[in-house]
Amino acid sequence: MMALSQKVNVEYNQNGGSVENPVLDKKVVYDTKDLNLWYGKDHALKNINLAIYEKEVTAIIGPSGCGKSTYIKTLNRMVQLVPSVRISGEISYRGKSILDKSYQVEDLRTRVGMVFQKPNPFPKSIYDNVAYGPRIHGIKNKKILDQIVEKSLRGAAIWDEVKERLHENAYGLSGGQQQRLCIARCLAIEPDVILMDEPTSALDPKSTLKVEELIQELKKEYSIIIVTHNMQQAARISDKTAFFLNGEVVEYDQTDVIFSNPSDKRTEDYITGRFG
Amino acid sequence: MKYVDTALVQKRMNSRLLLNTFAKTVFLLSTLFGLVVLAVLIFRVASGGLGWINIDFLTGRLSTHADRAGIMGAILGTLWLMLVVAPVTMFVGVGTAIYLECYAKKGRIHSIIQTNISNLAGVPSIVFGILGLTIFVRAMDFGNVILAGGLTMSLLVLPIVVVASQEAIRAVPAHLSEASFGMGATKWQTIKNIILPAALPGILTGAILSLSRAIGETAPLVVIGIPALLIPFPGGIMDRFTVLPMQIYYWTLDSSLVAEYANLAAATIVVLLVVLFLLNSIAIVIRNKFQQRY
Repeated sequence: MMALSQKVNVEYNQNGGSVENPVLDKKVVYDTKDLNLWYGKDHALKNINLAIYEKEVTAIIGPSGCGKSTYIKTLNRMVQLVPSVRISGEISYRGKSILDKSYQVEDLRTRVGMVFQKPNPFPKSIYDNVAYGPRIHGIKNKKILDQIVEKSLRGAAIWDEVKERLHENAYGLSGGQQQRLCIARCLAIEPDVILMDEPTSALDPKSTLKVEELIQELKKEYSIIIVTHNMQQAARISDKTAFFLNGEVVEYDQTDVIFSNPSDKRTEDYITGRFG
Repeated sequence: MKYVDTALVQKRMNSRLLLNTFAKTVFLLSTLFGLVVLAVLIFRVASGGLGWINIDFLTGRLSTHADRAGIMGAILGTLWLMLVVAPVTMFVGVGTAIYLECYAKKGRIHSIIQTNISNLAGVPSIVFGILGLTIFVRAMDFGNVILAGGLTMSLLVLPIVVVASQEAIRAVPAHLSEASFGMGATKWQTIKNIILPAALPGILTGAILSLSRAIGETAPLVVIGIPALLIPFPGGIMDRFTVLPMQIYYWTLDSSLVAEYANLAAATIVVLLVVLFLLNSIAIVIRNKFQQRY
């Protein structure tokens, strides 16, 4: 096991070099160093080293249980809602270590928004859903809230569908609309990074396409990290792809390299559908 | 080769069906048992008491003369008692539930507290009465007034509210609070804006059920020492008081002396049952009205 993880690290480092070359002008948003995470005795993340760049879409792929969701939830410390979790190593966001106790988790989550696997709007009106984030951060002015709501809903490409019924319950929307509403809700806090945990896995193909187009649009302004089960999706929308397996990063590279010329046999096996 | 022997299945069919009919009968009888007892109770009480209920009875003061006795004092006493019990149990009970579910670290101490709250719900009410007598009536020297009775009752029904509120809070889907946390909301903001509104129907149902328990409880107040004959109406929480079930208790006790007291007791039971029925209906309406699907 030990030998295996060392081998992975070597490979990662080799790839690391090739990753950085074309993007020297881009800044690192998240830098993960030697991250290990345990759920009780279960070693879920093993020696993760990843640098994530701004205004790109970074896809995280891998079979079920490989730790990809755990990793993305570590980036906004949502993983710590699980009581038995233990973390070692370091994650820095814009140069500051977020695993440090002194980093206020509320502050982090204001900068890093999250879209979840299942659309999870609040049982409130569409307007109140989007205004939720600004309100908890103390914005009370009705005019400003109105503007934020419109801008966010436009940003999530759902404004035209809901502008006539902003004060109706969000549960009246379809699943795909609900998910775009959740993206709008996330945009309303004007985040720097958007984490997406399998955002289209509960959606039909048409809604999935809409969300994918939206992600392409959003990456102009936001850094996006997306966990996906769907390899075609990763290939379609992401700039870089990390392949996770059994809690380790097997390979991390430009998406076209991963899908056309992977350097690890296991990556190749996975993307060609031989397992997972 | 077939593993299921059709002949054997056919042979056993009749006895299976018979057993099913038997089970159905047993369970129907169990249901009828409760219903019949309830019907007899209501009939007895109504036939003895309904004739005695009129405006004078509902608004009059207590009296040793059966034909002049009224229960306004007991009704007011019950209302005053609820004015103490409702806010105290709601605040302390829901607060405890929020702390245990949302803030407290899950561990040994948490499970010890949890077990004790569940056990507390099973402590006989008279024990709470002795506790109230020791603490509120004597040590804090309130005397046998509404405040002391109300606090004692609050202790008694607190476990019900805590457990019901905890269950209601636990039933709020995690993906809602995660969405709130994910936007940088603090725990309190998430509790206030997301968890409590979603848990409110369950919390209110528990609260109303606990209030109807408190309205009907007698034993703790017997221990605290509620006067058997109290003429003045209570006007504040530091006044002495009596409540409907206490009045029923004393009239029943003395019905061997004055036969009409039995009718007064029956009439008061009818009033109490109507109040309880109304409260339970409100609980059901609240539950149905605010229940949401996620």
